[in-house]
Amino acid sequence: MTSVYEPWDETRGAEIIAGLGDVEGGTIVMLHALQEAFGYVPAAAIPMIAEARNLSRAEVHGVFTFYHDFRHEPAGKHVLKLCRAEACQAAGGDALVARAESKLGISMGKTTPDQRVTLEPIYCLGLCATAPSAMLDGRLVGRLDEKRIDALVAEAQR
Amino acid sequence: MKIFIPLDAGSVAVGADEIAAAFVQLAEQRSLDLEIVRTGSRGLYWLEPMIELAAPEGRVAFGPVTEADVGSVLDAMSNNAEHALRLGVTDEIPWLKRQTRLTFVRCGVVDPRSVEDYRAHDGYKGLERALTLGTIGILADVSASGLRGRGGAGFPTGIKWKTVAEAQADRKFIVCNADEGDSGTFADRMIMEGDPFVVIEGMTIAGIAVGATKGYIYIRSEYPHAVIALEEGIKAARRAGWLGDNIRGSGHSFDMEVRVGAGAYVCGEETSLLESLEGRRGIVRAKPPLPAHKGLFGKPTVINNVLSFAAIPFILNDGAKAYADFGMGRSRGTMPIQLAGNIKFGGLFEVAFGITLGELIDDVGGGTFTGKPVRAVQVGGPLGAYFPREMFDTPFDYEAFAKRDGLIGHGGIVVFDDSVDMSKQARFAMEFCAVESCGKCTPCRIGSTRGVETIDKIRRGERVAENIAVLEDLSNTMKFGSLCALGGFTPYPVMSALKHFREDFGPPPAHLQAAE
Repeated sequence: MTSVYEPWDETRGAEIIAGLGDVEGGTIVMLHALQEAFGYVPAAAIPMIAEARNLSRAEVHGVFTFYHDFRHEPAGKHVLKLCRAEACQAAGGDALVARAESKLGISMGKTTPDQRVTLEPIYCLGLCATAPSAMLDGRLVGRLDEKRIDALVAEAQR
Repeated sequence: MKIFIPLDAGSVAVGADEIAAAFVQLAEQRSLDLEIVRTGSRGLYWLEPMIELAAPEGRVAFGPVTEADVGSVLDAMSNNAEHALRLGVTDEIPWLKRQTRLTFVRCGVVDPRSVEDYRAHDGYKGLERALTLGTIGILADVSASGLRGRGGAGFPTGIKWKTVAEAQADRKFIVCNADEGDSGTFADRMIMEGDPFVVIEGMTIAGIAVGATKGYIYIRSEYPHAVIALEEGIKAARRAGWLGDNIRGSGHSFDMEVRVGAGAYVCGEETSLLESLEGRRGIVRAKPPLPAHKGLFGKPTVINNVLSFAAIPFILNDGAKAYADFGMGRSRGTMPIQLAGNIKFGGLFEVAFGITLGELIDDVGGGTFTGKPVRAVQVGGPLGAYFPREMFDTPFDYEAFAKRDGLIGHGGIVVFDDSVDMSKQARFAMEFCAVESCGKCTPCRIGSTRGVETIDKIRRGERVAENIAVLEDLSNTMKFGSLCALGGFTPYPVMSALKHFREDFGPPPAHLQAAE
C-alpha cells in the first residue's frame, strides 16, 4: 500500500482551507487536511491558513512546528515507523531499530537517498501486549522479530 | 455458521484482516454459509488473533490462529470438533473468568459498528435512566459511585461534574481525552475500537448532567482505527436518534465530533489538550482557572478520560452501589489494567482495585515471555515509577502506590526482565521529557535536557556520587517546579530507578569515595 499524494497546487490548497472555514478552532484540522492531500504542508499554505483564520503567520507557523505529525517536506515513498516506547523496549525493540537502521543505511528520522523509505520513531501505537510493533504506510505489524523486521524493510524498499 | 473475528488494531497487527479474508475465500470455495462479525478484542493478546464460533454451548474460542490454520480451524468449527488451537468456551477461559468486567463487558462481544447490537447488550439503558433522573439525580449517582478520573489523576468525577453543572454560561462542553500516549496502555484504544457506543453514551450522560450540548473526543493520530470506530459510532448513534437534537424525544440535545491529535504527548495533559482543540500549540495552561470554570473556548468544560466516560453507563444502569461495592479504600469500582512489554500473558485485565502487583505480574501475567526473571516493572506509563520485585506486595490502589512514591496512572504495567539496564531507562525518561516538553516551564524544558546529560556522565563513570546528587536535586526541582505532570512526574521513573536499582548507576558511593 502506497499513499499517492497530489502535487502542491495553490487553488486546490485554497479549496481545502475554504472547505474547513467553519470549523471552530480548526487550524490543526486544516493542517491535517493539507497533509492528507499533499503528503506534507507546503510553506506556501501557512499564510493562506493565517488569512483564512484571521491569525498571524507566526501563530500558524507556531502550531505547524509544535506537532510531530506535520511534515515540512514530502516523505519517502514508504514510511516505516518503529515504536520506541517502553513496552517495545522491554520486548527487544531497540535491537530491531538498530537492525532496520543498518539494513536501510539511514538513521531514525531520515529518508533513503533514493527517496524510497523514510524511517521514523513513533511513541506508542498502543500495541503494547503484542510488542515490538511497527507501522508501514498505515499498516500495523506486531510481534516483530528479526525475520519480520527484515521482511518489512524489504517490502518498504520494493 | 457465525464466527467472530476481531478488528481491534492489536489483533489486526498480528494478522486478523488476512485471516478474515482467508475465511471468506475458503467458505466460498466450500460453498459454506459463513457469517463473519468483526468485533473488538477480548484482550487476551497472546491468543490473538482469537476467532470465536457461535456454538450451542456459547461462544467457543480458537487462537492464536495463523493463516496456515484457517483450513483446519474451519473444519473444526464446521463440526464443532476438537482442534489444537481450540480454547473452549470463551467465557470459561480462566484468564477472562477471573476478571470483573463492568466497563469492558461488551468489548470483544458486540459488533462495534452496530447500535442495535449495543442495545441488545444493555446499551443505552444508562442514558434512558439518566433522562428520567435529571441533573441532580445523575450527579448523586456519579458521586456515590466513588468514580475517580481514570486518566491518572484520580480526581472524583462527581465533584468535577457538579462544578460544571453549577457554572453559569451560554455554552458548556464535554471533552473526552483519548490522547492515550502512555506506553504500556491500550485500554482507551480497545474500548473505542471494540465498544465505541459506551464512550458516546457516557459523554451524552455527562452532557445532560451538566447542561452541555456539544462534545469533542480528542483522539491521538497514532490510533487511526479508533478514529474510524468513533466516527462510525457517532454517525450510527445520530441515525438512531441517540445523538443530536431532542434525543429520543426527551427535549435534551447533545452532539459530538472527533478531533485528531498531531503527535504531541503533552496533549494528554488536559489543559494542553484544550489548547490543541482550540487549534493552538499544546502549551499547558496554569490552573486556576480550572477547566470546569474556564475550559474549552473559555467555557465551563467537563474533561475526562475515555475510561471515566465508559464507566458511566454501568453506574447509571446498574446503580452507584453496584459499582462502589468493588474496590478498596478510596479507590472504588474496577480498573482496566493493561499488562504489557515482556510478559507471557499480556492484555486487558479489568479487576476491582486491591489486587497486588505480584498477583498481576506473576499469577495473571505468568512472568516474562523471554522466561527470564522479572527485574523491574513500570506502572503508570512513561511518568510512572519503576518497582522492583520487593515491592510486588503493593495493592493496586491510588493511595497505596502514592505512599510508595509511585502512581497507577492510566493502569498500564510494563514488565522488564533481568537484561534491562535501569540507568538507560532513567535516561530515556529524561530524553522523552526533553522531546515532548511543551516548553512552558523551565524545570521541564531545560531540566530534562540537563537530566539526560547528567545521566550520561553517571553512565560514563564521571564523578558518579556528585552527579547523582545533581540528578536528585534536578529531579526535585522538576517535581515541584513544573506546572503539569510531564515535568512534575518525569522524576518518578528516574528517582525510582536510582533508588531501587542503584547498582546500574556506576560504582557504589563507598567504593567511589575510596577511589577518589
